[in-house]
Amino acid sequence: MSQNSDGEIVHFDNVGLRYGTDREVLSDLSFTLYPGSFYFLTGASGAGKTSLLKLLYLAQRPSRGMIRMFGSDAITLSRERLPALRRRIGVVFQDFRLVPHLSAFDNVALPLRVAGVTERELEKPVRDMLDWVGLADRMQARPATLSGGEQQRVAIARAVIGRPEMLVADEPTGNVDPDMAVKLLRLFEALNGLGTTVVVATHDVHLLKKVPDSLIMRLDKGRLSDPTGALRYPPRRMPAMAGQRA
Amino acid sequence: MPSLVARSWRSLSATGETEIVPQARLSGPMPWVIAIMVAMTVIALAAGLALRNTAQAAAAELEGGVTVQVMEADPDARNAQAQNALTVLRELPQVASVRLVPREEVDQLIEPWLGEAGGGESASIPVPALLDARIDGKVTADAIEGIRAAVAEAAPAARVDAQSSWLKPVFDAIVSLQWLAAALVVLLSVALTAAVLLAARSALGTNRDTIEIVHLLGGTDAQIARVFQRSIGVDAAGGGLVGFALAAVVILFLGRRFAGLGAGMVDGGALGVTDWLLLALVPIVSVLLAMATARVTVLHALRKML
Ligand SMILES: Nc1ncnc2c1ncn2[C@@H]1O[C@H](COP(=O)(O)OP(=O)(O)O)[C@@H](O)[C@H]1O
Ligand SMILES: [Mg+2]
Repeated sequence: MSQNSDGEIVHFDNVGLRYGTDREVLSDLSFTLYPGSFYFLTGASGAGKTSLLKLLYLAQRPSRGMIRMFGSDAITLSRERLPALRRRIGVVFQDFRLVPHLSAFDNVALPLRVAGVTERELEKPVRDMLDWVGLADRMQARPATLSGGEQQRVAIARAVIGRPEMLVADEPTGNVDPDMAVKLLRLFEALNGLGTTVVVATHDVHLLKKVPDSLIMRLDKGRLSDPTGALRYPPRRMPAMAGQRA
Repeated sequence: MPSLVARSWRSLSATGETEIVPQARLSGPMPWVIAIMVAMTVIALAAGLALRNTAQAAAAELEGGVTVQVMEADPDARNAQAQNALTVLRELPQVASVRLVPREEVDQLIEPWLGEAGGGESASIPVPALLDARIDGKVTADAIEGIRAAVAEAAPAARVDAQSSWLKPVFDAIVSLQWLAAALVVLLSVALTAAVLLAARSALGTNRDTIEIVHLLGGTDAQIARVFQRSIGVDAAGGGLVGFALAAVVILFLGRRFAGLGAGMVDGGALGVTDWLLLALVPIVSVLLAMATARVTVLHALRKML
């Protein structure tokens, strides 16, 4: 609908996704994500949350519809230009996707190394980040020797280390105890406060209340409902938005 | 072994660019398989080159050489005829030089075949008298015929041969061996190529997840390909280096053994600088092949991802 790409970070227009020749797992998705907002994507297991996030972090092309990200048409964008776009997005995969033969430190350092940050520049931020998620003493541990919750924290540290413009997290608190879950949400909020747009997929409704200013997208059998109206009516509280409107 | 080489190689090739996935190594036995295949290929190639050199050296030496054998059972008649033939040959204008091969030398020549008892004056097997002549120009059939006609009267028991034809069976054997070596080199190259291809592919197969992760974190195709290409190249280089060193030891050892035989012909088989350069190409080409395979395989896998 809204054709102006100002004040939006992601825009979906009538997007559908099917795997192979199966029925569509996502249908008629039309929404806009605004910079600096904090979104929860909820829905029952199998509703299509992971599939929607895959579209968001550019791991999957939709079967139909239009997607615009950071002002670029993500459908027609050439392969060569996709990596630059991906570097602006931090991803916490549902299955973590840590590189098995790399230490926690090297896994967290990976996005910075990919982006060409030198060893000297990345050393301290990576240590600080691992310290923050409580893994200061497990920096040299391989993922296989870490517990599920520890792996999840490494995955989160890796997703946020590059201060992405958009953070996409798929059930990021699924394997940690409630205290750690809250702590991790604070990390996302802190990042959000710095201007990062956050999209957290979760089926845990208790989590939603923990971030008061969050906006909720609900997926039901591949279709999106908009319980707070946030997707249709752009929220006005974001500093980034305010700046752009001025 | 490969890790040591890899480490020193990496410190040499560390050009400031950080390696995003440093441990993407060829798994387990693959560097050793490459080492063995490189060693066998290099040895076969060295054998082929040595045989070629031998044939060339012998051919050059035998060029212009004519052998006259006096095949006479009676020693007195044989010696007389040999002296006559010597006189006749000395007077022929086309003969540059001629000498009667001394008895002891002939005995030495045939000793390996007949044993010490075979030789001696009183031996049961009569040994021909031998004249070694060298003529100007090529030894053609006409030239042989001319000499044959000239010595026929003075030494009816004389048999005249070009030295190359006298050695024809040896030459034929060398040529056959050369073909054998060439065939071995071809077969081993194919096997080495297959080993390198499989090694590179299996290394990438086990790292497919890693490739996808780096891809999703914004790694470019070229970046990812370069990482794998380089680390597989390092492993192949380790295997190739060890294989080449192994082969070099074997070649040098065998070379000494053959030199120890003292047979003049084999000396010509020594490998020259260009031969060694050719041998060094085997591990180098293996490394390049491994890297090219890694590159193609990675890029192919990446093309399937968005
Ligand atoms: N790679 C895939 N191939 C085929 N079907 C898939 C694939 N991924 C997910 N699905 C299907 O898509 C639907 C939505 O899955 P998913 O997006 O993982 O939901 P959620 O994350 O909400 O649990 C499910 O029915 C699932 O079986
Ligand atoms: Mg899911």
